[in-house]
Amino acid sequence: MSIDLDQFKQIFFEESFEGLDTMESGLLSMNDGGTDLDVVNDIFRAAHSIKGGSATFGFSALASFTHIMEGLLDEMREGKREADSDVVNILLESVDEMRTLMTAYQDDEEPDVEQMQVLQKKLEKVCGMEPSAPSAAKEEGNEAGEAGEEDNRRLGWQIEFEPHDDLLTTGNDPSLLLSELRDLGDVTLTMDDSALPSFDSMNPEQCYLKWSIKLLEKDSDSVVEEDQITEIFEWVEDECDLQIKGIYPDREKSDRRAGDRREGGAQEDRRANNRRTDSRRPSDKKPTQQATNIRVDTNRIDELIDMVGELVITQSMLGQLGDEFDMSKLVRLREGLEELERNSREIQEAVMRVRMQPISFAFNRFPRMVHDLSQKLGKKVRLELTGEETEMDKTVMEKINDPLVHLVRNSMDHGLEGPEERLAGCKEEEGYVRLKAFHQGGSIVVEVSDDGRGLDREKLFNIAVNKGVIQETDVLTDEQVFMLLFAAGFSTAEKLSDISGRGVGLDVVRRNIESLGGNVSVNSVFGEGTVFTIRLPLTLAVLDGQLLQVDGATYVLPLGSIIESLQMDADAISGLAGDTMVYRLRDEYIPIVSLSNLFATDAGDNEDMAGKLLVIVEWADKHIGLRVDELLSQQQVVIKSLETNYERVTGLSGATILGDGTVSLILDVSSLMDMASKAMECVNKPKLAVANGRRVGE
Amino acid sequence: MAKILIVDDMASMRKMVAFTLESSGHEVVQADDGDVALAIANEQDGFALVITDVNMPNMDGITLTGELRKLPALKFTPILLLTTEAGKDKKMAGKAAGATGWLVKPFDPDKLLMTIKKVLR
Repeated sequence: MSIDLDQFKQIFFEESFEGLDTMESGLLSMNDGGTDLDVVNDIFRAAHSIKGGSATFGFSALASFTHIMEGLLDEMREGKREADSDVVNILLESVDEMRTLMTAYQDDEEPDVEQMQVLQKKLEKVCGMEPSAPSAAKEEGNEAGEAGEEDNRRLGWQIEFEPHDDLLTTGNDPSLLLSELRDLGDVTLTMDDSALPSFDSMNPEQCYLKWSIKLLEKDSDSVVEEDQITEIFEWVEDECDLQIKGIYPDREKSDRRAGDRREGGAQEDRRANNRRTDSRRPSDKKPTQQATNIRVDTNRIDELIDMVGELVITQSMLGQLGDEFDMSKLVRLREGLEELERNSREIQEAVMRVRMQPISFAFNRFPRMVHDLSQKLGKKVRLELTGEETEMDKTVMEKINDPLVHLVRNSMDHGLEGPEERLAGCKEEEGYVRLKAFHQGGSIVVEVSDDGRGLDREKLFNIAVNKGVIQETDVLTDEQVFMLLFAAGFSTAEKLSDISGRGVGLDVVRRNIESLGGNVSVNSVFGEGTVFTIRLPLTLAVLDGQLLQVDGATYVLPLGSIIESLQMDADAISGLAGDTMVYRLRDEYIPIVSLSNLFATDAGDNEDMAGKLLVIVEWADKHIGLRVDELLSQQQVVIKSLETNYERVTGLSGATILGDGTVSLILDVSSLMDMASKAMECVNKPKLAVANGRRVGE
Repeated sequence: MAKILIVDDMASMRKMVAFTLESSGHEVVQADDGDVALAIANEQDGFALVITDVNMPNMDGITLTGELRKLPALKFTPILLLTTEAGKDKKMAGKAAGATGWLVKPFDPDKLLMTIKKVLR
């Protein structure tokens, strides 16, 4: 019977990646000093499980690599080896290598074993083993070659098996052992029953028999090694006498060889490592179809089931009402519909929660990264993580990973000073990089901060001038200068390092974050440190929206971005220059953005603004006012991508379908803000400070 | 067909063994570590065979074998260790604890079924 085990691969990959995470965090904790035996045991167990599983699925390179690593771990477990930083580092490297191999297998690719072989040599050196043993890639060929050369003339094995009297009383059954032998090759048995006593003097629990076995290899492809035979009898080796001799056409040679090879123990490890691992390679290559899975707390599923139960009750109630409806039942109908609305909202929320994962999934990679990087840079860095339990949508989290890595690298490379410089500046020798996540309104905020040298305003300004990003005569606020970091092609490092200067700048980080509907800003105090703040929507799928009307069209504005709405007072409106208008609200000048103008839906001018509605919106601590004709209801809308269905439009983040079936466009506050400030830059640069919502007089 | 208890903390391995056995008509009960297995063995009876991994958290396979042997119902039931251990120490420790035999990983379904057939005979 042939059984397809491929269906279990995905489970294996999942638990193995988890195992690798366990190993990594365990190793990192060792690095902080002290070896906890429980931790070593956990690491060992994870490696061990991966070894067994990978051998089973035919991932031979991974299996043999893990085997060597396991040897080192075993020595640590038994206290024969100290976990100094060299050992920990090489083990960490090995974990990375295992991850690489595993990923290759998961993508159904043959792994690149070159790097693995280098590491394997290092590991063997640490273990004090002689550099191995055929590498996994050449394993098959070598094995065949070896067999061809050495055992060319061997026909099989002659085995003398003489059980001790007590073999049966220890629970062993010789017939099982003999049938095991039959799996190896053609067996001819000769049983010697000469020791069998007469029936009345026989002890039924005693073994009186012995066997002489001739084992011939079935064909030239199935070479039987002596190890395979000793392995079968290993279980009973204390309860029997065993002799194994090779059968050769040339008798003389066979005797000599048998003498040489009596003790097969030294080869045991190699055998376990090499044998059979290659034979189970998946025969057919299927196209990679990687399912993305999500782990969900069963409570959340139960919640969902409860809610669906309620929905069914509401539905049947409404169904009854509808069967024999008259106006007297209108009140009950309304109640029913309200109930339905509540049900669907709750279900929607619960479904969204299923997709929510704590941000610790994204944070978990940083201890390792900071550990490696601080060694590379020769800096002392402490990583502080807060708000790891903050939940965010899985898709958002996957996409925020790269920008976060970039920012942390940036902080460690450019932000933090080396130990000497820190001490000279009266700072602690050890700097910190802090990752902090929290909810604010409808957004998730992730801050990456450090207590490094901070941003040098003058230097940034000069570089920007040199690179032609700005003019020397430009007047910019601190914040605007800092934001220059995110301008395309802007890099402050004089020379590129391989840590953060791979030619990919912070402009890419910004673009990635903005493509998620988020934004990034930076603040810094020179000499004290820098804070990068990323703001992201909670989810990409559903939005709490305020419907509003401009020139007869309905738009959706994210509710979370609205600060207030008001009827404009003629006295508070003033023009800056050209078409740009600002509205004075409690000492703050807020630029007025006309959606009619932006989207060119109305040819008319905006002269008569007094009495019109102005909606003040906020994004990244900046305010603008949107002039609208009418505010409609508030409701949750499901975001449909404009890009997929049409094309990307500046100022819009997507579209949705309203209850009456009409399509409505969703406004993108951050890009509206960009559009507004660009419009104003063109008019008059020195007034930018005012236009960006700064108070006059600052 | 027999009722078999499978103990392994690694879900992929455990499910593979279970699947293999169930496909050939056996009834399978799964446990993800020694503690759980022992609790199951105390509650249920009729197990014709136990297959256990060696390396597990909480209670390893060898300790489990020893504990199972203390239960009258499992005193003579075959216990197979499913293990990656090539080292003889572990095997001998397993034997001393009362194991009937072992299956060395890589796990091979055909070999498993064949071994089981022999052991259950």
